[in-house]
Amino acid sequence: MQRRTLLTTAAMGLGLSMVGRAAFAQDKLKVGFIYVGPIGDGGWTFQHDQGRLALEAALGDKIETVYQESVPEGADSERVLTQMALSGCKIIFTTSFGYMDATNAVAAKFPDVMFEHATGFKRDSANVSTYNARFYEGRAVMGTIAGRMTKSNKIGYIGSFPIPEVIQGINSSFIHAKKVNPDVSISVVWAYTWFDPAKEADAAKALIEQGVDVILAHTDSTAVLAEAAKTPGVIGFGQASDMAEYKPSPRVSSIIDNWGPYYIERVQALLDGTYAQKDTWAGIGGGEVKIGEITDAVPAEVKAEAEALAASIADGSYHPFTGPLNKQDGSVWLAEGERADDGTLSGLNFYVEGIVGDIPK
Amino acid sequence: MDLSAINPAVLVASLMMAAVPIILAAIGELVVEKSGVLNLGVEGMMIIGAVCGFVVAVKTGSPFVGFLGGAAGGAGLSLIFALLTQVLLANQVATGLALTLFGLGLSSLLGQGFNGIKPPATGKVPMGPLADIPGVGPVLFQHNLGVYLSIAVIAAVWWGLKYSRMGLILRAVGENHDAAHALGYKVVRIRIAAILFGGAMAGLGGAYISLVRVPQWTDGITAGAGWIALAIVVFASWRPWRVLIGAYLFGGITVLQLNLQVANVPIPVEYLSMAPYLITILVLVIMSSGRGRAAAAPAALGQNFHASR
Amino acid sequence: MVRLEKRPSPSRFWTMATPVVAVALTMIAGGIMFALLGKNPVEAIRTIFWDPLFNEQFASYSRPQLLVKAGPLILIAVGLSLGFRAGIWNIGAEGQYIIGAICGAAVGLAFYPVEAWYVFPLMVIAGGLGGWAWAMIPAILRTRFATNEILVSLLLVYVAQAILASMALGALRNPEGGGFPGSRNLSQYPAAANPELIAGTGMHWGVVAAFIAVIAAYVLLHRHMLGFSIRLAGQAPRAARFAGVNPDRLVLLCMGLSGGLAGLAGLFEVAGPAGQISIDFGSGYGFTAIIVAFLGRLNPVGILLAGLLMALTYIGGELAQFMLGLPSAAIQAFQGMLLFFLLAVDLFSNYRLRFGKREAV
Repeated sequence: MQRRTLLTTAAMGLGLSMVGRAAFAQDKLKVGFIYVGPIGDGGWTFQHDQGRLALEAALGDKIETVYQESVPEGADSERVLTQMALSGCKIIFTTSFGYMDATNAVAAKFPDVMFEHATGFKRDSANVSTYNARFYEGRAVMGTIAGRMTKSNKIGYIGSFPIPEVIQGINSSFIHAKKVNPDVSISVVWAYTWFDPAKEADAAKALIEQGVDVILAHTDSTAVLAEAAKTPGVIGFGQASDMAEYKPSPRVSSIIDNWGPYYIERVQALLDGTYAQKDTWAGIGGGEVKIGEITDAVPAEVKAEAEALAASIADGSYHPFTGPLNKQDGSVWLAEGERADDGTLSGLNFYVEGIVGDIPK
Repeated sequence: MDLSAINPAVLVASLMMAAVPIILAAIGELVVEKSGVLNLGVEGMMIIGAVCGFVVAVKTGSPFVGFLGGAAGGAGLSLIFALLTQVLLANQVATGLALTLFGLGLSSLLGQGFNGIKPPATGKVPMGPLADIPGVGPVLFQHNLGVYLSIAVIAAVWWGLKYSRMGLILRAVGENHDAAHALGYKVVRIRIAAILFGGAMAGLGGAYISLVRVPQWTDGITAGAGWIALAIVVFASWRPWRVLIGAYLFGGITVLQLNLQVANVPIPVEYLSMAPYLITILVLVIMSSGRGRAAAAPAALGQNFHASR
Repeated sequence: MVRLEKRPSPSRFWTMATPVVAVALTMIAGGIMFALLGKNPVEAIRTIFWDPLFNEQFASYSRPQLLVKAGPLILIAVGLSLGFRAGIWNIGAEGQYIIGAICGAAVGLAFYPVEAWYVFPLMVIAGGLGGWAWAMIPAILRTRFATNEILVSLLLVYVAQAILASMALGALRNPEGGGFPGSRNLSQYPAAANPELIAGTGMHWGVVAAFIAVIAAYVLLHRHMLGFSIRLAGQAPRAARFAGVNPDRLVLLCMGLSGGLAGLAGLFEVAGPAGQISIDFGSGYGFTAIIVAFLGRLNPVGILLAGLLMALTYIGGELAQFMLGLPSAAIQAFQGMLLFFLLAVDLFSNYRLRFGKREAV
């Protein structure tokens, strides 16, 4: 129900901003967003739109926002970006990795428009900044809960595509599950899709049938939780958005993408004239990754342990990829006490020791 | 690799459930095609059924009424197709594709505000002690109504087409509409009825996805199931029971490939995910080459009928 | 009593007038839908149909983009129309488009970083051959085993998508891309790029190829024996057989031609507007082209116009989305309506409405 009210508020906000737009169209800073999926996906795009709404709520009278959903990556995104820039947007957020080349190409043509590309690494001209979230920090917390909660010692992970971000998540989950439960093993299923509820449900089902009782998912729909709800004793986590409808179980906690603070910070900086190009990769500490409420289905001591871990990650005293860690083949990756550097992490393409199976190549 | 973890009985049970939406949509489309009409808009009708079924179920709190709503929604959309192709004589292939485009857009508009809500639960059919028989129990007696309904519909369509007078007329219309017209049958009316039946079945299949299989509403939830249903009809060479075989085969390979991944079978994932399609093609080739039965398609399929006198 | 009477030959007047009537009807019905969504219908319609062509802010950019968007649609649709006329149903152009792009890009990437004049021509050949070969699978299965080509060509789309994903993640992955999926950007490799030929026109080799295909198909259908065979096979298969048309040869030819053209469209797209092989490269051109082919009444000139109209609704629809905040779903529904009306009023070109009681024959 909560999300529904949010949507109504969203619609009202939009209606209001439409009225406002007609009246003071010239004075406001125009902010553009392009989304890869529909806002109704309940995950990735939904959370970016929540960020946009947070931005409107915070700076409503100084800005107006425009957005476009379901923009295919490739040639179409380049056109949409150009049209947005032509329409007078001063800052544009491009919220999918696949927009990387298009963002840089258009940015080169519009030096006065600021571009912010999510999850990419290319900043070819001075007006392109990149931002991303350290989702693997959230995975570490989920992994800890998973390791403590599993009774069959089998946890499952539904991956979308074998890209560094997903591999970070698998490794981080496994490392921290193993830390609290040395007997744990992880089964990875690649769905080869970001969003296909029926297939995600099938994948979850396949995992459950083979004895998995804790499921982590890196695909965007709530289908995995809906499937988990059918079998007593199986738990899972909200992904990208809180997925609170599945509380208190099977959804025992969640990793929430929280883009609002970043959007507000950047647009505020542009309004103040303090805007500068940068590369942001923030996690729990920076507020971009939030851990959703850990429900009562989790014993109090496990909850405390998970929260302590989240806190230590947030204040920087702990890094989820700290040695000693070996690669899958047994060779040394990180020595005792050594922390993984961001360069390796952002291109991560191997499993850590103990995970069975190959990353599809 | 641990193949022992894959329990065949559980696998069969879950493929039976996975195949229900495809079976319902495919059997509806089979009737439509038997009447000589090719409606490629199955995906559009399914997703409208999914959203209508979901909205109605949430509003009324009854999954049963939801299923009716889904069927009504699918039939309603198919009415556009019927009007265009049967009354206004538009091209069926293009109209069907346009129907899918329209259905995808409309469903997302209708579903606004329903994303992420949980629908009322559809329970399993109580089978008492039968459900606990090892092996057979999970396969045969632990399903929800949809699984039994899908099989019942296939049986009904099979019987109807083969033995009833209505089925005979329907097939006559599909084979040769001019002859059927000359015999005094109302070709257009019969086809419209078939199209509406196909729409209702596709809608029911869609509602099954949003109410039972995934239980939720999200944009694009059918994710191509309608296209698979179309493929299954051809695969089945327009025979009802083969729809069941085709859908179980397809569903089975899909479920199996995920299970093989979990069991760490060292086959590259990309080949596994292609497997359902490749194996369907292979079986199709074997079936069509076996007895040279390419002529199984209704003779008037895709042709519009206009009574010139 | 209203009844229909078939015209001896399609009415010239109505063939010209029906598209206009259809667009007008769509504006009315779509306007009602936009009004129900709380938007100003006049403004929405103007944004979709007028702004991309004549708005001073956008038009200089949008007008050329029309060609960029329409090019692949027309190229694929022309090829498909030949088969459709002969009753050969290739509905898997999307797969042939993807495979053509992969083959062409693979050849280009194999030469990287050689700067030589022959790289791009070789890519074009590889792209065409790739699409041709992919279409030959259903063609040969049909001629050898009487397997239904609708089904096989459609199923092969899913196979092509799986191959695309594995190529973007594996063999064609950019070695300097930091482990992210996606190939090198071909538009940044001059020898392999398919750039805009005259700045500001949107013309690239794919658009040129589309125009050539339209002319060639026109000549073929009206001046060539093969065109006659195609038309005859579609209208009267038995007569065609008596006239010495070999149905198997016709299947191989039509499927091969349509597949080759779809492959070329894919190659021009990947080397030009899209730039790279990525997981989401296939954005549905192959399916939209089927609609374009029918909207154009399977006539090359008609397809040219239908492709441009389709492109206009896409580009105008994008503008309407971010200028007016219309959901992308509304645009999709609007396009569906346009197609319905175009198909519905087509009736008037082939039939006459007669009022009153049926005359005694």
